[in-house]
Amino acid sequence: MQKQAIFQSRLLPYALVAPQLAIVLIFFYWPALQAVIQSFLLQDAFGLSTTFVWFENYLDLFRDAAYFEAIVRTFVFSFAIAASSLSFALLLAVMADKPLRGSMLYRTLLIWPYAVAPPVVGVLWIFMLHPSLGVLSRYLRNMGIDWNPLLNGDQAASLIILAAAWKQISYNFLFFLAGLQAIPKSVFEAAAIDGARPMRRFWTVTFPLLSPTIFFLLVVNIVYAFFDTFGIIDTMTRGGPGTSTVTLVYKVYSDGLLGGNLGSSAAQSVILMVMVIVLTGIQFRFVERKVTY
Amino acid sequence: MALRHFGAAAAVAIAVGMTASPALAATEIQWWHAMTGANNDVIVKLATDFNASQTDYKVVPTYKGNYPDTMNAGIAAFRAGNAPHIMQVFEVGTATMMAATGAVKPVYKLMTEAGEKFDPKIYLPAITGYYSTSKGEMLSFPFNSSSTVMWVNLDELKKANVEIPKTWPETFEAAKKLKAAGHDTCGFSGSWVTWVNLEQLSAWHNVPLASKANGLDGFDTVLEFNGPLQVKHLETLVELQKTKTYDYAGRTNTGEGRFTSGECPIYLTSSAFFGNVKAQAKFNFTAVPMPYYPDAKGAPQNSIIGGASLWVMGGKSAEEYKGVAKFLTFLSDTDRQVYIHKASGYLPITKAAYAKAKEEGFYKDQPYLETPLLELTNKEPTENSRGLRLGNMVQLRDVWSEEIEQALAGKKTAKQALDAAVERGNTMLRQFEKTAVK
Repeated sequence: MQKQAIFQSRLLPYALVAPQLAIVLIFFYWPALQAVIQSFLLQDAFGLSTTFVWFENYLDLFRDAAYFEAIVRTFVFSFAIAASSLSFALLLAVMADKPLRGSMLYRTLLIWPYAVAPPVVGVLWIFMLHPSLGVLSRYLRNMGIDWNPLLNGDQAASLIILAAAWKQISYNFLFFLAGLQAIPKSVFEAAAIDGARPMRRFWTVTFPLLSPTIFFLLVVNIVYAFFDTFGIIDTMTRGGPGTSTVTLVYKVYSDGLLGGNLGSSAAQSVILMVMVIVLTGIQFRFVERKVTY
Repeated sequence: MALRHFGAAAAVAIAVGMTASPALAATEIQWWHAMTGANNDVIVKLATDFNASQTDYKVVPTYKGNYPDTMNAGIAAFRAGNAPHIMQVFEVGTATMMAATGAVKPVYKLMTEAGEKFDPKIYLPAITGYYSTSKGEMLSFPFNSSSTVMWVNLDELKKANVEIPKTWPETFEAAKKLKAAGHDTCGFSGSWVTWVNLEQLSAWHNVPLASKANGLDGFDTVLEFNGPLQVKHLETLVELQKTKTYDYAGRTNTGEGRFTSGECPIYLTSSAFFGNVKAQAKFNFTAVPMPYYPDAKGAPQNSIIGGASLWVMGGKSAEEYKGVAKFLTFLSDTDRQVYIHKASGYLPITKAAYAKAKEEGFYKDQPYLETPLLELTNKEPTENSRGLRLGNMVQLRDVWSEEIEQALAGKKTAKQALDAAVERGNTMLRQFEKTAVK
């Protein structure tokens, strides 16, 4: 009853959210709508000739084996990036959560990499792992590994996963640390008194209590791996060698901006958008049920 | 920031000028370009000199990022209805620009309509041919041109007791000797893998890269570079890659540091690499013409250019076009071409400028600066060596690189890789043909 009394007019609440709605509509829905329209068109780069082709751009994609390879590759990359950065960040967070001398310093240092822009991350890793200039590649070669990501697709793929995961560790670390500190110490003490060893305490107490954080980070990391790895791929491999690092988002860029095929590029963006919506939907619907809040 | 202030100041100046005396109002000509460092200084100087030489027009150069960025910015601006007057577009964007009838103003038309004196014969045909129709009508104005040359580390060759190779078999032998002499990670290499090993190789040996004079005669061109010469060349590279006698250095020019660091003593890339070599190489170097296969008939033919040209955008007023035409005449001046050549290391575009640089003894101390010109003018260009005009060229190169990488990694044979590159490329060309304005 009291809530309704705050707004005398029916229009006032709408007026108050209008600025926010306007921003969402102009900056999110409008471009998305443009992409949907563009995906039904066949158009040259300058927009001089336009033909409405219905679903031809989509059908062309589904007939293209390379597109399916890119889909599979994107899922493999996303899974690998999310899994490795989440597990490593969790490990670091558990370590940093211990009462250590100078733990503030460790924590601060571990957060730094998040401030580095993706293309810079790419350049950093290029310097370390460049086949002829890289510091790390010299060690790898001394160990007898023929390190050459310029020609070896698996090595190039692992390079991208490594760089992308490394970049995300800080972010995950931050959330895990906050999550860990939110767990009441009394729960651990109770478990310890009951005789649970550290490993068991982690799996039966910490992990379940951390599950909301893990769930949240899983969504964020997968979305990150889908979209934000573009800068890293573009600076490090440009999709090569062969097509071994061409992901969906890189293909959108390369077909649209390098190839001037805006229709196909728009169709790919729309598919990508649908995929992420579905993926997030699934995560919220099914994974969330198992999460203990 | 400074630029923005400058723009504002200029606008105020013009506004004041207009109210004071309308005769002083200069027509502004926007020039978007992709040049950085010393080459950017050259652009600014050209604009300043032109603006000082007369009062009717004012050329305003603006840096818009690298080549693809500049082109995309220009296209986006055109779609929004405010394209610049002049836009610098790299050579591989030529087909895209040319296909956009209505979006661009061909240079030969511009010059006639503006009543500007224009003789296409004063330009070096090896350079203007790339940007002209098959009838010889100049579509865009060549600005900065280069060609592929073979950079050689003279000190290392001397140490290994190797002569500078002239043919491909000699190059392979030289690389083997260099490898034996300590260059065990790279006997020879090169940048721009498709430009050097498909595009230039084909022109240099007078074999077609694509039908219809490599696309110059029509968008219905079909790729043809899976012939015996190109397959044999790639097969040899694949074989040499196994021992790192040849070592792949990537799709673009990111591997060029391997030459200046001394790792790869022989390196094929653009003549425009000169600036970096001069600044970084701590050894004696030179640049010689690309190698050729002596058993190929008529080889070497002539090389083709790389670099960029100036496109005049469509939909501007007659007065503005007059200014653009005057500016292009200004750029064609012999002394000015000699200046551009010396200051940037890019090639002069007129015959007179080349002759003058030669006369002044410019090539005496640095004979390697003449190498690309000798290659370009080696023989009268043929259908196979006049230039390339393929739609979606940037992405085509990526696709060809992908296939070459598969071959070098041993996942496909050279023949399979080139067949696939041709097939995938043809699909993209047909896609381009569909969207090109008829």
